[in-house]
Formats: sequence, structure tokens, C-alpha cells
Amino acid sequence: MSEAVRHDLLAPAGGWHRRRARLGVHLVLLAFALCYLLPLAVVVLNSFRDLGDIGRNGLLAVPRSFSLAHWSVVWNRFCVSGGCAGIAPFFFNSLAMAIPATAISTMLGALNGYILSKWRFPGSQTVFLLMTLGVFMPGQMVLLPWAITLGWLGLTNTIAGLVLIHCVQGLSFTTLFCRNYYVGIPDELIRAARIDGAGFWRIFLRIVLPLSPPILIVTVIWQFTGIWNEFLFGVTFSSGAHQPITAALIGLATTGTSVHQYNVESAAVLIAALPPLLIYLVGGRYFVRGLTQGAIK
Amino acid sequence: MPYPQAGSAGPAAIMQRLRRLPLTPPLVLAPSLIATLVYVVGFALWSAWMSVSTSTLLPRYGYAGFVHYRALWSNHRWGIAYTNLFLFGSLYVAGAALLGLLLAILIDQRVRAEALWRTVFLYPLAISFVVTGTVWRWIFNPTSGVQHLVRSLGWHDFSFDWIVRRDTAIYTVVITGIWHASGFAMALFLAGLRAVDPDLIKAAQIDGAAMPRIYLRIILPTIRPLFVAVLVILLQFAIKTFDLVLALTSGGPGIATTVPAIYVYDLMFQRGQLAEGAAAAVMILAALVVVLVPYGMWASWRRSRV
Amino acid sequence: MASLSIRSLGKRFGPVDVLHDINLEVEPGEFVVLVGPSGCGKSTLLAMIAGLESITTGEIRIGARRVNEVPPRDRDIAMVFQSYALYPTMTVRRNITFGMESRRVPKAAQAAALARVASLLQIEPLLDRKPAQLSGGQRQRVAMGRALVREPALFLFDEPLSNLDAKLRVEMRTEIKKLHQTLGKTTVYVTHDQVEAMTLASRIAVMHQGRVQQFDRPRIVYERPANMFVAGFMGAPAMNFLPAALATVADRPCVLLPADGAAPVALPLPPVAGEAALVPGRRVILGIRPETIGLAPAAGAAATVEAVAEVVEPTGPDTMVVARLGGRQVIARFDPDTAPDPGDRITLALDPSRACLFDADTHRLI
Repeated sequence: MSEAVRHDLLAPAGGWHRRRARLGVHLVLLAFALCYLLPLAVVVLNSFRDLGDIGRNGLLAVPRSFSLAHWSVVWNRFCVSGGCAGIAPFFFNSLAMAIPATAISTMLGALNGYILSKWRFPGSQTVFLLMTLGVFMPGQMVLLPWAITLGWLGLTNTIAGLVLIHCVQGLSFTTLFCRNYYVGIPDELIRAARIDGAGFWRIFLRIVLPLSPPILIVTVIWQFTGIWNEFLFGVTFSSGAHQPITAALIGLATTGTSVHQYNVESAAVLIAALPPLLIYLVGGRYFVRGLTQGAIK
Repeated sequence: MPYPQAGSAGPAAIMQRLRRLPLTPPLVLAPSLIATLVYVVGFALWSAWMSVSTSTLLPRYGYAGFVHYRALWSNHRWGIAYTNLFLFGSLYVAGAALLGLLLAILIDQRVRAEALWRTVFLYPLAISFVVTGTVWRWIFNPTSGVQHLVRSLGWHDFSFDWIVRRDTAIYTVVITGIWHASGFAMALFLAGLRAVDPDLIKAAQIDGAAMPRIYLRIILPTIRPLFVAVLVILLQFAIKTFDLVLALTSGGPGIATTVPAIYVYDLMFQRGQLAEGAAAAVMILAALVVVLVPYGMWASWRRSRV
Repeated sequence: MASLSIRSLGKRFGPVDVLHDINLEVEPGEFVVLVGPSGCGKSTLLAMIAGLESITTGEIRIGARRVNEVPPRDRDIAMVFQSYALYPTMTVRRNITFGMESRRVPKAAQAAALARVASLLQIEPLLDRKPAQLSGGQRQRVAMGRALVREPALFLFDEPLSNLDAKLRVEMRTEIKKLHQTLGKTTVYVTHDQVEAMTLASRIAVMHQGRVQQFDRPRIVYERPANMFVAGFMGAPAMNFLPAALATVADRPCVLLPADGAAPVALPLPPVAGEAALVPGRRVILGIRPETIGLAPAAGAAATVEAVAEVVEPTGPDTMVVARLGGRQVIARFDPDTAPDPGDRITLALDPSRACLFDADTHRLI
């Protein structure tokens, strides 16, 4: 995105009109930004308050207490989803699920995208269409078949089962992203490499893959946050100690009558949100750019 | 002519053409293709068959006809679920798209620290629905959230108890959903705004058009295809909405905010009515088809035109 | 060095015939230019020679070997692309050696070949840069280097100069010609620029609508174009076409050219291939190159016609004059010193010995 050619729509207003308009724009944005940041502020602040403070002053209040204790409680002593070992095990479950599933689906997606854009064969367009359809498949539609299939494979209530599901489901996204990105790589480059004597794999490894970081960043961010945040499959196909963190945390919503430990729960919520949030903060700018390049076409 | 004619589809010609095709690409693609075939086609048909089967607590494959669909559509709770989907879907899509567009236009005014604003509006997208729902439930909760805050500031009869009232709880889902998705819409719109030919805008400025007119008459019409894309993306989010509602309201109070996706889950895994659950899932797919097929046709028509 | 022969070649994309019955015999060491407007099939033909497009009918031989089923890497060719197609993530050095690396050429041999090509093209200082850090002309050189390092039997160029600005284009054109004279490799070069074709080619194949219209030496293509398409395509400004008719005046065959109001002007007959076709009354098109039109009186002018100068366009060395003659526009190329002013009545001197005669119906050269 070249900054130089950006138009300045407020420019013709001129003089102090323009400064006033600009100030107005910033104030409106600031008001919205505060609303957007409110939930984040709520969990961050409350994760450090003690329960008495929260009870007296409510969740939306200036903290009058500060303690880091809730963070260690939530990590390894908090009782959630039928155990009292904190959310650490669930956190690691989610990592063990999201990392391999992201890696595998991204690798396969890159290869598929490469084939469907640069090695077209009769029917490859149909194949692409079919794979794109997977993007829209609602989870509920495949819930029962997956349940039965996982049973056959002996993967019920295992992280491996969830990895399998997310790989297959993610293939549609990763293939779509990569294919749309690779279409933008000039065919002449591939032709030149073929004349240079390179074959399928060498062209992929030496020409296409080195050009791929922008789309791989998008794909990894999309897959990792998607898989980390996924709930339906997690809650359906795992239970007890094998649950990913989102499935374990739904317990917070359904504890019913018991008194909420808002501070500990805030910390728990924050920990559950942290990995995708961090990844997004680091790679967000590439994500938006790549998404608009590759995905929305 | 001494050479075989083009298009002669004799078996020899076909074999010759096949031999010339490199084999590696299809072979590498095959596992993914098979997995997707099983997943997209196989599983969908499987579920569809379940919906007309005699399954109850366990899958059975006898044919039962469309009884489960009839049961579904005569069920009061399903009626509430899909009414909610319409209400939530339309408000959520319109709200997120409009707010996203507004934010995108504001950010497009050469604001300072643009990346910071973008990040602030987009970060909700990175957060799971479970976390989102949980936090917003606290904020909406009358005894701890906004109502408590305002009352403690002195307005003792202030009331904001939407989340515990049957007739208003669905709007808390709408607000939360918009919070989550509007930044995404903003990012897409912003990219679209930036792609508009700057000369077009310069020409309009020289023509003396004021800013609102430039947006309404020049810029927005040129990004119309993007509008449709954003609406379709949001709409399919809406149709799949599940964990957000579960974490925010658990479908309550009572069943006031139940949505089809929750109902499917409930039928399958709480009530042991697999077949009716599958029927409800098929209805969700049908809703998606209703949205996506016309869009796909429109998109390919548009592409074929240029 | 190798010959290239293309026999009865055809290409079909689905229902669309893009190439029909192409026959070209290229001698070893020749520089053949395929020229034509966009969509004429020239790039497809080149891609088929390279093995990047499959062959629907016919055959291609490089040297004595039939290469229809041979993959690009084994055809002993090198190619320079319009976009240069430099691998963006590799340094210039890597770009040039990638082909040898793919073919598992020993390191020492790679280094030697690289050094030779780099000094030939004077790109030594660029070797450790990435393509994005190069200017257009430098990228062009690297692309040539990548092709040269292979020492192929056949060089293929696909509009290699079209992304350069006008000045650089002329420089690189000369350089390519020099290179060909030094190395003497058989070359097939695709362009839509007729000046490039004229300057570079030992023979030109003019293509239109998937067919070779004419395949001959540049001078012949220019002076004796096979048909009106070739005549109009080669040369700028284009050849003037004037409808006329054959007649016999004083027992000698001549061309009757309609003039403004007055009686038609009788011109001596341009050179024609067959006297037999000269039936009086036959409708023809007279083709006259702008530079063969002079201002009367001019030495050797065999015919003069009256015209009105309408537009005068100085280009520096020449001045183009658009004149109206017999209701038609005619462009003439004049010396700036003798150029008329707009609105002047002028007498044009035509040189029938350098004109062409086309059939009015088939548009073919008579």
C-alpha cells in the first residue's frame, strides 16, 4: 500500500475548518476505541483485583486492590472442567492441538495451492471448487460423521483426533488462500524455471516457497487462531483432561449458582485469549494485507 | 494432412495426451482431495442420510422418511431458534457492516497512528467466542456490569438488564457479535477504499464535490462488489453462530436466545435425538446454500463479464 | 548451433484454433523474428518451440531431433521472457546458475560459465544484488545472462524489450544484434514492434490470425509485402493504399488512379510478378510507401498527382504531410526544408517502380 498516493479528502476544506474536521475524526475514533477496548480492560484489571473489591465496587470500577496471586491460582490450582489442576493442562492441550494442525494444514495448503495455480490439469478447476466448498461447511453438518469416524480410528477423546479434524477442515482455507496468492506469481517465472531444468519439487522449494512468506503468515495466523479458538469440535470430541482450553472454559459460563471468582476467571480468560492475541499483534499487519490480497477475490 | 487432427478424441489421442501430463501434481494433490471429498461430500451426505434415518440415541441406518423434519418444524423451540437467527443475523450483519464501513471511512481520513486504530478495532477477531461471550456476560450482568456501574455513580433507577430479559437478551448477542466482527469488516472496507483510483477522487474534488458526496456517489459505488462479499462473509458467520451464544447467554434466559446451531447440538448430544439433530444441521446447510449459491453465481457472472 | 524446423504446426485451445498450419525452416545461425499484432499467435508459437505449450498437430524439430514430446529442460534451449522472469528471491548470481544447479553441473564449471557470461554482459558488479535492486536495463542483461550461460542450441526471446523505455530499447536492440553476430546462435525472437523486427532479423515471419503471412528477408518483406496486412503492418507510418484500376493506355498497361474532380491519373505499372494477371479493368489497390512520395518536380518522377496538404507533422529528421488525394488521405514523408504548409495545394510525385499492386478482393500482392 503506497502511502504517497493517498488522497486527502479533508484537504479542500482548508484552514481551520480542516483542522476542526480532523479533530472531530480523531475524537469519534477515540470514542469507538474506548468501547472496543472496554472488555480487554475489564479482564486485565479484574485479574489483579481481589474479590472483596470486585464484590463491593462491581466489575467496572477503578481497581482499589492489586494482587498477582490469582494468576498462579488459575494456572495450576483453579478448579475447572472437573479437575483442580488449573488451566495449564488445557492450555498445553490447545498448544498440542493447534501447532501440529496449523503446520500440517499450512504445508498441505501451500502444496495444493501451488498445484492448483501452476500445474493445472484437466479437472483441476473442479477440484479447487470442491475444496473451496469445505470453507463453508457448517460444523454441525459433519459432527456425527466425525464422531463415528473418530470412533473407528480409535481417536475419540484424543488430541490426535482433534488435530486430524482441524487438518482436514483447515485444508479448504489454506488451499484457498495459497492458491489465490500463487495465481499472482507470474507464470513466466515457472516457465523460466522449467526451461532452466527445474522440476515440480525444485520449482516449489526454490522459487515458490521463498516467495510465500506473506501468504504463509496469513495462513498460519488464520489457522492457529481458528484452531485455538475453535469450540464445537473441542467440546464434542474431548472431555475431562483432554479438552482444549476453550472447551474447558465454557464451564465458567455454565457454573450456574456458584459464586463467581471474577478475578481468577479474568486471568483464565486472559490466558486463553493470549496466544492468538499475541500472534495477531505481531503479525496483524501482514494478516490484513494478505487477507485482502489472497482470500477475498 | 500427415499429422493427427486436433480434437480427434480417439482413445489413442487421449492416451497420448495423458502420457504427456506430469504425474506428480495430481499424486501430491490426491490425499488432500480425498480427505476433502470425504469431508465435504461424504460427511454431508452421511448427515443428510442420518436426518431421514431411524437413529435416536445411536446411529441407525433404516429409512424413516421426513418425520424428523416435520417434528423439527412443528417444534416450538426450533421456531424460536430460527426466528432468533433471522433477527440476530440481519441486525448483526447490518450493524457490523455499517460500523465497519464507518470506521474504515474515518481511518481513511489520513488519521495519525493509523496502525494503532486498526489494531484496536481488529483485535476482537483474534479472541475466541468463548472468551468474548464470557467477558461480555459480565459486562451485561446487571449486578456486576454496566448497570451496577451507573447506579454506583448516582443514577439509582438506571436499568440495563437486557441480558436477563427474554425479549431483549438477543440484542446483547447482537452487540457482542458486532463488537467481534466489525473490525474485520473495517479491514476489508479499508483495503477496498484504498484500492479506489486516486485520480477518480481528485477529479471529483476538482469538480467541487464535498466529502460526503464523494463517498456516496464516487467511492462507495466503486466498492459495491466488496460490500456484497463482506455481507456474505458476515452472513455465514451469523448462520454458524454457536459458541458466542453459548458463552454469553447459554441460549437463555430459558430458551430465549437459542439459535439453530445450539439446537442441533442439544438434540444430538443432550437429548439423544441424532436424526432430528441431523435434520436441523441440514437446515443450517440449506440456509448457507440459500446465501452462498446466489452469491457464487453472481460472482462468477461478474467475473465472466469483465 | 542447430536448425529449427516447424512443420504443419497447429494449436487448438478448446474450440479455438490459435495456430494454423505453420511451416518455418530456420537455418543454423539464423535470427528469425516472429512479428505480428497481439493475439496473432506468435507467443504461443514460441511457447510451443520451448515446450511450454503442447502441440496439437504437426511437429517441431530442433536440429534433426523431433521434440514434440521432449520436456523444455531437455530441448537444449534458453529463453528470455518479456517480464524477464528473474527469480525475485535469488541474487543475480543464483539466477544465472540456477539452471546449471538444476542440471547438477559441477560447481567449478558453474563458476567458470558464470564468469564468462558476466564479463560478456558486463554485469559483474551486479552479481550479489537481488532483481528488485536492478534497473530495467540491468534486469534485461541478467535475463540474457541466464539464457547465455546455458550455451543452448536455440535462443528464444519473447518480447524482451517491451518493458524498457524507448532509449534503452534502442540500446539493448543493438546489443542483442551485436551478441548474435558474436555468438552466431540460432535465435527465434518474438515482438510486436516492426522496427525491432526489421533491424534484428535475418528473416521475418509476419503473423496474423494464427497464420504466417510472409516469411522472408526484412527487405523483401518491406518492399514486396505478400499482402495488404503485411504491407500495412510493416513500416510506420503505414503504407498508403489507394483504390485504382488497371487499364491500357497507348498500348501500355498502366494504373488508373482516381483524382479530385479531374480525370483519373494514369500511372506506369509498378513491378508485378505475372504479366498474365494484368486484365484491363481489374480493380486493384495501389500501395505506396510514404517515403517514396516526393514533391514535384522531382528527378525521376514518372507520375504526378495534385493534392491538398491537410496536416503537417514535423518529426525532426522528416516531416510527415497528410494530404488529400482523390478523396483519400495519403501520408508522405518529406524533407523538412521542402515541406508545405497546411492548406497548400501541392503536386505529389509518385514513384511507381517502388509501389506495390494488390488485388482489391484478395488483398494479395499481384
